[in-house]
Amino acid sequence: MMKIEFEVNGKPVSVDVDPRLSLADCLRSELGLTGTHLGCEHGVCGACTVIVNGAAVRSCLMLAVQASGDSVVTVEGLSNDEALTPLQASFRKHHALQCGFCTPGMVTTAHALLTHEPDCDEDRVRDVLSGNICRCTGYVPIVEAVLDARAAYGSKGE
Amino acid sequence: MPILAFRLAAPEMLVDLKYVEGLDRIAIDKDGVTLGAKVRWCDIEADERLATAHPLLAEAIRHVAHYQIRNRGTVGGSLAHADPAAEMPGIAVTCDAVLTLAGPTGERQVAAAGFFEGALQTSLAADELITQVHLPAWPAARRWGFREFARRRGDFALAGIAAFYDVDPRGRAVDPHIGVIGASDRPRRLARAEAALSGKVVDSASIAEAAAAASAEVDPPSDIHAPADYRRALVATMVERALAHAAR
Ligand code: FES
Ligand code: FES
Repeated sequence: MMKIEFEVNGKPVSVDVDPRLSLADCLRSELGLTGTHLGCEHGVCGACTVIVNGAAVRSCLMLAVQASGDSVVTVEGLSNDEALTPLQASFRKHHALQCGFCTPGMVTTAHALLTHEPDCDEDRVRDVLSGNICRCTGYVPIVEAVLDARAAYGSKGE
Repeated sequence: MPILAFRLAAPEMLVDLKYVEGLDRIAIDKDGVTLGAKVRWCDIEADERLATAHPLLAEAIRHVAHYQIRNRGTVGGSLAHADPAAEMPGIAVTCDAVLTLAGPTGERQVAAAGFFEGALQTSLAADELITQVHLPAWPAARRWGFREFARRRGDFALAGIAAFYDVDPRGRAVDPHIGVIGASDRPRRLARAEAALSGKVVDSASIAEAAAAASAEVDPPSDIHAPADYRRALVATMVERALAHAAR
């Protein structure tokens, strides 16, 4: 076992993990953050996306020990207790989720994208979301939801 | 990581290079481009110098995987993994790259062509790691093209072609390099397709000859993603498109 310390959703955590535990499994089983979903566990579906040091990454392709010293944000960290965030509200408005399995990965990916590129166009959104599989929505509403949320991230508009 | 997830390998020891310094540099000088093993796809994408220093590399790397993987996937990782359809090994072989491997007895240099031994197989010893890969200098006037076909954007290519050549004063192709990914057990150059183009003006006739030669030269696998015949036809199409781009 190895002891690692890192930050999750703004709070310092310290946890003893098996060196081969994936970051996804660590978040879900050790830290109880089951918002991060596991679809394929080999880097194809995007459901497990989290944000590490500001960059969207697949938590099934990373060992927990590799996050030592890093700052990790999960889908739980992108919500607040009182009301929907603008990104969440946009997903709701556009019916961008049905079963919701892919949604944590979509939301974390979209948040990272909009934080870095608030003025991204539809092609860019589609390009970035191409790594996330959704079996329900047909993607169109998800793309619309992300585009519509740009204003909340400081987009200057098209 | 997928190799571990699939239980294809169970190495006794895993070493994380996170805290090893100096492996994340992209160095560009008159001798060419040197990529440290920890250079990520997003680093290559963000480095504007590469548009002129190595446009073929820059274009090929745009096709690697998806957003979230591009933020963590590295040059060294891709070379060591040696997926037959991966772009970085394909560029390394096509461009006569030289890899630097470090082990307990020091460093050694190996040519990319000899490094890849088969699907997921390389000449890297268990106690060695890749520290960098060097791509020879890129003349500004060099013509190039890269095309690959995948079912979903960012997925592994069913087949892909990287090609470049220089042009003599009479407009003929000099020393063409044509490399294929996804259509054999390792990335490789296509000697007969290159010969079909060498010394010729690159036009629709010579492109068709090179495409036919390439298609005859590859021996692709049949698998759940595509039958061999389909891949062979795809190789010809990718050669046509890559060379048409080069000659544009
Ligand atoms: S669970 Fe990580 S990409 Fe599918
Ligand atoms: S909402 Fe069901 S998979 Fe996307």
